[in-house]
Amino acid sequence: MSTQRIFDVASVRQDFPILHQSVHGKPLVYFDNAATAQKPMAVLAAMQAYYESINSNVHRGAHTLSDTATAAFENVRQQVARFLGAREAAEIIWVRGTTEAINLVAQSYGRSQLKPGDEILVSQLEHHSNIVPWQMVAAQTGASVIPIPVNAQGEIDQTAYAGLLSPRTRILAVNHVSNALGTINPVKAMIAQAKAVGAITVIDGAQATPHVTVDVQDLDCDFYAFSGHKVYGPTGIGALYGRRAILEAIPPWQGGGEMIERVSFEGTTFNHIPHKFEAGTPAIAEVIGLGAALDYLQAFNTTDLHRHEQALLRRAVELSEGIEGFQAIGTAANKVSVCSFVVEGTHPSDLGTLLDHQGFAVRTGHHCTQPLMARFGVPGTVRASFSFYNTLEEVDRFFVALDKCIRMCR
Amino acid sequence: MALPYSEQDLALFRDNPLGSHTTLDDIRENFDFLDDWESRYSYVIDLGKQAPRIPEAHRTDDHLVHGCQSQVWFIYHLDAGKGTLQVLVDSDAVIVRGLAAVVMTAFNNQPLAHIARFDMEALFAELDLVRHLSPTRGNGLRAMVKRIQATAAALLPA
Ligand SMILES: Cc1ncc(COP(=O)(O)O)c(C=O)c1O
Repeated sequence: MSTQRIFDVASVRQDFPILHQSVHGKPLVYFDNAATAQKPMAVLAAMQAYYESINSNVHRGAHTLSDTATAAFENVRQQVARFLGAREAAEIIWVRGTTEAINLVAQSYGRSQLKPGDEILVSQLEHHSNIVPWQMVAAQTGASVIPIPVNAQGEIDQTAYAGLLSPRTRILAVNHVSNALGTINPVKAMIAQAKAVGAITVIDGAQATPHVTVDVQDLDCDFYAFSGHKVYGPTGIGALYGRRAILEAIPPWQGGGEMIERVSFEGTTFNHIPHKFEAGTPAIAEVIGLGAALDYLQAFNTTDLHRHEQALLRRAVELSEGIEGFQAIGTAANKVSVCSFVVEGTHPSDLGTLLDHQGFAVRTGHHCTQPLMARFGVPGTVRASFSFYNTLEEVDRFFVALDKCIRMCR
Repeated sequence: MALPYSEQDLALFRDNPLGSHTTLDDIRENFDFLDDWESRYSYVIDLGKQAPRIPEAHRTDDHLVHGCQSQVWFIYHLDAGKGTLQVLVDSDAVIVRGLAAVVMTAFNNQPLAHIARFDMEALFAELDLVRHLSPTRGNGLRAMVKRIQATAAALLPA
């Protein structure tokens, strides 16, 4: 990129208006980035500008505004295709988010292809949104959902995985990065192994896209899903990458306008990909906002952002050693800036409440990963998840506050 | 929910200082005196520690109160002669246990009709505790109170 922006955390923080406020009289420290990331002004401005100057329905009107909106909208599809390393924009389907993307694959691919006896492998690390849609389609088709175990570090047990693969394996559905623990999974190798037994692969990229560079061609996956709101874009928009040959072969999921070529009571023919999977008026402003978010990120050398996040994680790990009874949940060698933990003699919800009173926004609970919590024998964890706009000083203050919370609880 | 209580269990109900030794007025006075969030929370947490724990044997699924992020259990003993109720609420989270302590103080050794009609929202508003409750925690607390009040109402003579 020609006009690359130098990463500087102080200047970056100026781009996020929400960070500059007080909670319970204390300066807000936002450490719940894995739940949703904050939005830079550029995203808000792009959405505002869209509504102020080009709002109109896409792919429909024979008028200037609609043409402008359609061009802007389709431009972002190109942009997302580049962001994911897809071959072409037609392989990018707009969805509400990762959840909807996985449901689409389950209901379109899964429902049309699965038979009794077929197996869907998911890991024990999965978010409920990469478990429940598979359970639903399994109930509809007679297939079964098989969990791949996770080791004590919070990594997918690769030996167990290899042992579970068989000609019955039809789908491998795993996350690229775990939301509860931050583990970066070796999905490239796992995808290759799944392919070798003839399975298709569905990668949940909700937590990977904010922190690692993704290239679906290099991964060689069949589907890859992510949510806009976790990459500093708006809620209500996400994307599903699907390999063209598969997208063309499988039936549409939802029916309606946009997704048809021709409708008659004698029979209806469907539109081409990606539109075949996009029934109804899409989230146009949100697509525009997502485009602005990706522009914002790509103005930097993204490895600078990731390096800063890793520095935050290292500081957290270092400081956690000074906390008596601190038990990190998820200690994979390869992980993103997520610090998930329990503290002996305290409940995560207590720590969450007391941290909130000191201005720290963290997530507590099961993080929509109940099977994983059961695996670790904890009711839930406290999860501090860092973004590039967080500072080392915030991490330092966090551990001082945490220490105080623990003393109050004991 | 007929519970076979041992002598030790019954002693837990009897010896609970909340609602006997410690009264709502005590709590109100202390709250008047404590003016920052930290001392209030510390006080609530300490109150929770005054309550006897529910023995493991009684922490069964049918004594679980649903709708809480932490686990919350509730057992009770009816003093049939006096028509009063003794309740024990326990949780694996100390703040919930503290809030439950306020509830126990309001309900313990009170007539069933009083419990069934008690306005807990008003008490928590008066103590300025509601403001500090997240919607999820607040819902758990409400679920706990609702369960106790429904129990009291069901035990009222027709
Ligand atoms: C790993 C993972 N998968 C799926 C989801 C679901 O994403 P969304 O709620 O945006 O559909 C999340 C969000 O928390 C997630 O972290």
